[in-house]
Amino acid sequence: MESTFQIDFGQAKRRRVVGIDLGTTNSLVAYMDVSSPKVIPGADGGRLVPSVVSISANGEIAVGESARELLLTQPGRTVYSVKRLMGRGIADVQEELKLFPFRIAEGSESVIRLIVGDRIFTPPEISALILRQLKKNAEDHLGEQVTQAVITVPAYFNDAQRQATKDAGRIAGLEVLRLVNEPTAAALAYGLDKRKEGVVAVYDLGGGTFDISILKLHEGIFEVLATNGDTHLGGDDIDNLLLQIALEDVASEWGVDISGDHEAVQRLRRAVIRAKEELSFVPFTQIEVEYKGRHYQRRIDRELFDRLITPIVDRTLGPCRDAMLDAGVKPEDIDEVVLVGGSTRIPLVRSAVEKLFRAKPHTELNPDEVVALGAAVQAAILSGEVEDKLLLDVTPLSLGIETMGGVVSKLIHRNSTIPASAAETFTTAVDGQRNVLIHVVQGERELAKDCRSLARFDLKDIEPLPAGMARIEVRFLIDANGILSVTARDLRTGKEQSVDVKPSYGLTDEQVEAMILESYELAEADFKERQVREARVEADAILAAVDKARQNDAWFELSGEERAAIDEAVNKLLLAYHSDDHLLIRAHIDALNQATMKLAETMMNTAVRSALKGTKI
Amino acid sequence: MDTCWQCGTHPGESLFCKLCNALQRPTPDYYRFFGLPKRLSLDPAELQRRFYEMSRILHPDRFLRRAPTEQRYSLEASSILNDGYRVLRDPVSRAEYILKEAGFDIGEQRSKNVPPELLEEVFELNMALEELRHGDDSVRARLEEARRQFLGMRGEIDAQLQRLFEKYDATQDKSVLVEIRDLLNRRTYIRNLITEVDKELGL
Repeated sequence: MESTFQIDFGQAKRRRVVGIDLGTTNSLVAYMDVSSPKVIPGADGGRLVPSVVSISANGEIAVGESARELLLTQPGRTVYSVKRLMGRGIADVQEELKLFPFRIAEGSESVIRLIVGDRIFTPPEISALILRQLKKNAEDHLGEQVTQAVITVPAYFNDAQRQATKDAGRIAGLEVLRLVNEPTAAALAYGLDKRKEGVVAVYDLGGGTFDISILKLHEGIFEVLATNGDTHLGGDDIDNLLLQIALEDVASEWGVDISGDHEAVQRLRRAVIRAKEELSFVPFTQIEVEYKGRHYQRRIDRELFDRLITPIVDRTLGPCRDAMLDAGVKPEDIDEVVLVGGSTRIPLVRSAVEKLFRAKPHTELNPDEVVALGAAVQAAILSGEVEDKLLLDVTPLSLGIETMGGVVSKLIHRNSTIPASAAETFTTAVDGQRNVLIHVVQGERELAKDCRSLARFDLKDIEPLPAGMARIEVRFLIDANGILSVTARDLRTGKEQSVDVKPSYGLTDEQVEAMILESYELAEADFKERQVREARVEADAILAAVDKARQNDAWFELSGEERAAIDEAVNKLLLAYHSDDHLLIRAHIDALNQATMKLAETMMNTAVRSALKGTKI
Repeated sequence: MDTCWQCGTHPGESLFCKLCNALQRPTPDYYRFFGLPKRLSLDPAELQRRFYEMSRILHPDRFLRRAPTEQRYSLEASSILNDGYRVLRDPVSRAEYILKEAGFDIGEQRSKNVPPELLEEVFELNMALEELRHGDDSVRARLEEARRQFLGMRGEIDAQLQRLFEKYDATQDKSVLVEIRDLLNRRTYIRNLITEVDKELGL
């Protein structure tokens, strides 16, 4: 901003990095205020942005609360819980498809292609629309451009799911500086390092995923000892369970099966979610729906609810025990327990956690917000604002390569601190062989077919030699985001070897680039809007300054002509103000600046004179 | 020795250039990286202290606003730090690392052969395991006894290893490494037996 009436402090400020919790049900953006992290509200004042995207017939995009409303009337054009589809292929989501009204296009083997109205979107593109909304909320709130972010992911996300999240950021125009595991972020937000030393368990039951992490604190270092979880377990499962019961009820009471009627199902889904949420605070409630003149009502008390969800809650306990085993700790070694995720409001969940870890869990921070707050702290660590904290996270799954007979040879074990690396030397099996194919997998099972295929690498252009003579060293490196990269070197010549990567799941770089280009269309509309907003802010500042100057002695030192010129420039700026043309607004700001040049000078001189005299103006 | 990639001066043995403070390409040698003497016995508390201290300085979080070359070196250095900490803090993997550096072949294959002095025990154990798999629960007690026996052997091996570590550190005698290698193979064999029994007993 270059207004005559403003002192330019220059660009001394650091580039702001925001923290984003891209959740299954809700998403949030937060930033580091002077000394503590704060959630940024949207224009409607809401702090949670429902992770719902709706695309109307004429291409208009709604995100958040407004999209959630459209879920009722436009279910075929509205997508929710898309996080469950990130980094997955159609074979992985058969269970999901039974319960969610997703329509999947052909060719969804390695990336799911969702049909939304008459268009097709991949999960990273849908997530990108949510991220764009959060980015916009942050920009409006902070009054500056936001281009860098820390995004959280479930600790148990595999390589493909992490890559998909990073792709979503890129498509949304955000440079993703770091992916942080959600439970680790929560530990950061709690500032538990104040206790200096100790062992902490973070139990994170969200909308669609479950994570457990065991951390050791040491003078500001948050060292994750072990993590475990289930990327297919969360509040959604409870909703689906209740929904199934309600659908059966309705079928027998009304004599019609409404499970194919999207609107009816969405109304029922809403009703069961409301009942579920109420049961965290009251002993009994009603599931109630009015639809097309018909009424459904069912009383549900906490006892029944607890009995229904016990199998789901029990499914979280196995991973908790495994994590303690891997971390080498017993329940009595755990000093603090932190609860994260909306589903931890459920009393049965709380008591199960308390019983398992024999410690009263922390619930001081809002479980819906704590992850975003932690992401903001990590963002401040990366921008250098916070220097006394450091996260040392782990890779949740073992990394291996397929060897003879389909057996996996593990190279980097699960719960290894990241960045982590491993090297393996490969050779040729036949004379003159020019390439070697390597299959990389992630998981704990013995056979490659039971693990998650990450990628196939083709080591090409190997020097033709007798069998077994070539020696190619392949280095696998998992970075601080938990994402794998591979390099290869010919040990005989020392030359870098080319590696041709074919990811098994996810988008190729070219596809992401194309999506970024496509999103420019959207971005341009946004960008224009922002430029207009910024120009208006600037206009406000100069108009206010001119108004104030009218009281100044300097104003009366101006000639009548000079004053008239200023008045005219003010009027022209006011006329331009409400146009959608930021260039026009800026042109009139410049004109007003010109017209007030003399006024500013005179004021400055008056100020200097007063200062010399030691009097205030 | 390499010169500093940034300012071209002589960086010496330190992680950062003494003149321009740029992070240098890290050494892949775990002992040198941690600044520890190449000894088989080491103080775990001291190793942990160095690990935390170096993590604070070298983690990629600290290099996001630095030159791309430094970012790359920080990623490399952090992975060496983490990999090295994992290997050095466990006495067995630490010994294997030293053996490998000294040119020993420490493949899994060698530990698959039954150590002759264990032939009888292993034979009996396999019979008992076979019976258990066929539903004969009465062998449970026998298996549990065998398990205790193997755990005891492993404990003895660990104590023996500790003595050999000290002997090697004092003498640097390569023949001690041969003894250590043989002992490690025996240990791996016994560890695998224990794992198998645990699995069958559902422990």
